[in-house]
Amino acid sequence: MNLLANTSALLGKELRTEFRSRELLTTTIVFVLLVVVLFSFTFDPSATESRRFGPGLLWLAFLFAASLMLQSCFLREQNNDTLGALRLAVADPFAIFLAKLSANTLFLFLTELLMIPVFTVLYNVPLLAVLPQLALVLFLGSFGLAVTGTALSAVSAQARMRELMLPLLLLPLLTPLLIASTEATAALFDVKPALRWDWVAILAAFDVVFLTAVWLFGEYLLEE
Amino acid sequence: MTRIAVAALTVCALIGISTYAAFYVAPTEQTMGLVQRIFYLHAPCGMTALFAFFVSFIGCIGYLLKRESKWDWLAVASAETGMAFCTVVLLTGPIWAHPAWGVWWAWDARLTSTLVLWLLYISYLVLRNMVEDPNRRAQICAFYGIFAFLDVPLVYGSIWWWRTQHPQPVVFTSGGLDPTMRKVFYLSWFALMCLMALLICQRYQLEKTREEVEVLKREVENA
Amino acid sequence: MVSLKAHGTGIRLENIEKRYGSIYALKQVSLEIASGECVALAGRNGSGKTTLLRIAAGLVKPTSGRVELLDAQGAHGPRNGTRAAAGFVGHATMLYEELTAEENLRLFARLLAVPDANIRIARLLREVGLEERRGSQVRTFSRGMRQRLAIARALLREPGLLLLDEPATGLDPSGTQWLAGQLRGLRDAGCTIVMSLHGESALSELAGRAVRLERGKVAADTREGADLSAILAFSDAR
Repeated sequence: MNLLANTSALLGKELRTEFRSRELLTTTIVFVLLVVVLFSFTFDPSATESRRFGPGLLWLAFLFAASLMLQSCFLREQNNDTLGALRLAVADPFAIFLAKLSANTLFLFLTELLMIPVFTVLYNVPLLAVLPQLALVLFLGSFGLAVTGTALSAVSAQARMRELMLPLLLLPLLTPLLIASTEATAALFDVKPALRWDWVAILAAFDVVFLTAVWLFGEYLLEE
Repeated sequence: MTRIAVAALTVCALIGISTYAAFYVAPTEQTMGLVQRIFYLHAPCGMTALFAFFVSFIGCIGYLLKRESKWDWLAVASAETGMAFCTVVLLTGPIWAHPAWGVWWAWDARLTSTLVLWLLYISYLVLRNMVEDPNRRAQICAFYGIFAFLDVPLVYGSIWWWRTQHPQPVVFTSGGLDPTMRKVFYLSWFALMCLMALLICQRYQLEKTREEVEVLKREVENA
Repeated sequence: MVSLKAHGTGIRLENIEKRYGSIYALKQVSLEIASGECVALAGRNGSGKTTLLRIAAGLVKPTSGRVELLDAQGAHGPRNGTRAAAGFVGHATMLYEELTAEENLRLFARLLAVPDANIRIARLLREVGLEERRGSQVRTFSRGMRQRLAIARALLREPGLLLLDEPATGLDPSGTQWLAGQLRGLRDAGCTIVMSLHGESALSELAGRAVRLERGKVAADTREGADLSAILAFSDAR
């Protein structure tokens, strides 16, 4: 109960600071938008091609956006040593991770949802009919991104070359997530869309495995 | 010193015997011919690399639970050794693939998984160089080492699933291995596992010596 | 300042060592501070004052050695019930720039499960003189105002032990006077205070005991017969 109370207090803080400055959301959305638009210049895709390459393009853009966006996640807490204050005040350090990864999931999920209509319009792939299924895949994907990205941003914040370290650590780790989410999205982009439960299961497994790992070992990252 | 020399000579002899066996004892495979013999190095190396990464995973968990440097030494020693074996797999893979399938790289599930593994552990070794304070380094690298190894089954699972969706060249005309081939295969694997153990021990000693030098330096400075 | 329901908490450090790589920050430090004492820590930059305070607060794990807090519940580690038992004011303000003064206090009050948080926060804001700026974001504050708010944050839970790392940083002379008054009130109410000081100031007068650290070791302690003003003056002439 204590964990939930602390998490909700911290989540409130994360959301309040973000919606006050809107720094992360705006930069991430613009970044993904740029990638999606620029991509069309590189090979002028037809609708059929977009169905094939679109999912991969979208998920690569989300992966890179996440690895840029999550860098500041723990770095921000170092500026005024607010991380120290949190560690002194919170009974279970998992609450710090839980609040941050919930907020990051929300930010990524919002970005991804916003990109769907943009993609539909620009690449002429109608997606309205599969929106609920697509939302499920997007949510599981952004949760996996947020879990691993949040934990590893605590790692990279303590290393030299921080800005480069997070993508370097995060991207190879995300291979299974990239494959599963791309394949699941591709099945939904198909002319005869279908929700592929096997890929959804791999996504869910990824999320569960790393959430458990953060729960078990996360506190070691915050020690001085 | 002599113990190490004996161990090293034994491992050399084992490698020699298994190489001889791979070339002269094992029968020549009918469809692929001579090039198939690289299989006795390629496949056992992959399994040995995986085992080394597992040892590294144990080291990482041990460090987080016990906070003793020796676990960190074990983690880095076996991660580097695993990387060496992984590299051999990635080099021998194309040598085999080219004559067999006509392409250097066929995005075969196992080889692709090994490549991802190689990238993961490169990141682990780069991270080690990016943290100054040894305790800090041991701690956050242990965390990343755990993450990396937990990713292994997910990588294998997803890539295998991914490849089965697409047409794939056949590696073995099934029916299992010839008994002699199987024996040679296990002999090679045993030899490589011994080599791995030797390399891990040596690398562990090096890391240990490094720490001892640090301690001595400190004592000199404080004296 | 604020009434203390808690009695002072003493602290005992036994053979504390802290190593960063091959560098010792603290070497075999043993120190016992009784409940209600007000101790000044002196020493040059890098002598280990900050590390000592952070270890006492439970922020940093010592490489070896033991920290115990002594209060009505007996002896226990610095993180009682896994939350830190002491109030801590560090070098950094430990405040969120994007949140207002009140939101900062409310966040930490919620995390610490402070009873009657609203009343307590209103009272603390009045005490530190930030009542009018309660709704302004911390990033608009001067260094002195931040320091006042940081002190208010440390007092949220009426701690029996207050650890302050150079608390006069950023305060002007009148601010230092104000802080000295606040700390005097806390001391007289029985709160144990350990503060690192840089030179003599209005705060030095509060200290009943002074300890000088040198290269991570206790070099002088008034309890061992050293002269109080000599220790405090020493760090001034660094």
